[in-house]
Amino acid sequence: MAIARVDRPRRAGAVSKASGTGGTHSLPLRRQRRRSRLTALAFVAPLLVYLAAFYVYPLYRNLDLSLRDYTVRSFVSGDAPFSGWDNFQKVLDDPTFGPAMRHTMIFTFVSIAFQYAIGLGLAVFFNRHFRLAPTLRALFLIPWLLPLIVSASSWSWMLNSESGVVNYFLHFFGVDPVGWLTSPDWALTSVIIANIWIGIPFNLVILYSGLQNIPGELYEAASLDGASAWQQFRRITFPLLRPVSAITLLLGLVYTLKVFDLIWIMTKGGPGDASSTLATWSYQLGFGSLLPKFGPGAAVGNILILIALVFGLLYIRVQSGQRRQET
Amino acid sequence: MKPLTGSRRYTLIGLLLTALMLFPVYWMLNVSLTPQQDMRKTPPDLFPLHPTFEGYRAVLDDQMPYLGTSLLIGLGTVALTLVLAAPAGYALAKLRPFGGGTLGLVLLVAQMIPGIVMAMGFYGIFLDLGLLNSWWGLIVADSTIAVPFGVMIFTAFMSGIPGELIAASRIDGAGTFRTFWSIVLPVSRNALVTVSLFSFLWAWSDFVFANTLDGGGDWRPITLGIYKYIGNNNQEWNAIMATAVVASVPAAVLLVLAQRYVAAGVTAGAVKD
Repeated sequence: MAIARVDRPRRAGAVSKASGTGGTHSLPLRRQRRRSRLTALAFVAPLLVYLAAFYVYPLYRNLDLSLRDYTVRSFVSGDAPFSGWDNFQKVLDDPTFGPAMRHTMIFTFVSIAFQYAIGLGLAVFFNRHFRLAPTLRALFLIPWLLPLIVSASSWSWMLNSESGVVNYFLHFFGVDPVGWLTSPDWALTSVIIANIWIGIPFNLVILYSGLQNIPGELYEAASLDGASAWQQFRRITFPLLRPVSAITLLLGLVYTLKVFDLIWIMTKGGPGDASSTLATWSYQLGFGSLLPKFGPGAAVGNILILIALVFGLLYIRVQSGQRRQET
Repeated sequence: MKPLTGSRRYTLIGLLLTALMLFPVYWMLNVSLTPQQDMRKTPPDLFPLHPTFEGYRAVLDDQMPYLGTSLLIGLGTVALTLVLAAPAGYALAKLRPFGGGTLGLVLLVAQMIPGIVMAMGFYGIFLDLGLLNSWWGLIVADSTIAVPFGVMIFTAFMSGIPGELIAASRIDGAGTFRTFWSIVLPVSRNALVTVSLFSFLWAWSDFVFANTLDGGGDWRPITLGIYKYIGNNNQEWNAIMATAVVASVPAAVLLVLAQRYVAAGVTAGAVKD
């Protein structure tokens, strides 16, 4: 299922393929081909250099860091003994590992479930034609565009246990005040709520563009047959949206696994480690104290990469599978 | 097609939902205008009944250098991203370089690497090179968020440019670079805007790199300005929220000016051919 993206001129494939072999005829074919290879290389070369210097090398440094016994002094003097898998062992044995892993999973899956469900509901809602629909849909993007520190501060203050507006509203409904960010029972819930809020626009936009590609005649036929709105949703919208849903959910998974800023700003992973995830724990170890544990911090980071890659490869598979289906 | 009856009802529901969704944004505005002594009042004032601009005065006094740095870093990141991504996107779309497919895969995977891991790697490297606390070190680090995304957008967009257009320019005697500069780039305006928009917003909002690589420098971005505020004076929430409002202005402006590019960017980043 193709999705409307950046508006592009039509009649792409066929023409561009033809132009590759055409062109001028003065040069011998082989020399010409070699030249065009070199030009192509010249156009990607800066990117390749950049990727090597600013992706591959930092990742290598991080891996190296996780395999060595680093202290602050060795960072300055430059010699840190190779320690193999020690850091990983240390991290796995750490009492924080279990909770951090569990919180990462809960944070990721609960966030995504709600973001998706709410996003889908809103996409279906906005797919109807009514006045102001485009404007309101655009306004829904705001939470996604705001700097995370802004959303995180705003939620922190709203969820403040004494003066927060959320507890005030709850009081209004006769519910006792909740120590959102200060109680170990609620800290994780609080950051999840804020994260759902931030993720709704993304889900809304992608699912909405998926809905645009479902032919309207299907619904017309269904309503002629007397299908209710719910039946139309279950029998037409949801099944036809499945490829787009898969992409949305997997991307959400990959993005949410990485979330760090929001949790760090709102709770610093606390109280205790009540809301710490692999991402915040990694930061906590590496930068969070005056006695940094770079090695274990990097080890946690590498575990996080591994998890992200598993879902990332799944994403790539789903996407290339869909592409194959299209052609 | 769809019956127009009940359209008004939908508009009403839509307005309610939007109000609910944007409540945290409204609350930020409200708190930014609330006088200090009313901050911990129960019940809180739901509307800025006695608006004060002391929060915004604090922004003017304390935060201007941070805002300037963020602007500089944002624009620098946009420039660096465009310079790297546009030619590479063109090559991947039209010139078919060696290993183009592999490169595409690498770029996809690059977007999945957690920022916190990159930050740790950068920290080690910057420490060695003495680049910590420099604004251009931050530009480099921030660009890693935008470059893979940018290449993918440019590739997707530029593969839609008709081959005849490029062939015609060739026949007129233009080399590949000339063709790229005076034909492909002007035609790709939409992609240029989309990539610029997102690289600017991401650099502007970056907190991870700023906090790890630029904690103590003279040139610190606004995200750190807010963070420092939260840490230092937990009491002056009107100043914190005023800073947050000011820091949100670029996002709001860009949303109004470039609405359709935003939607295009979200979907193009997520779903490509």
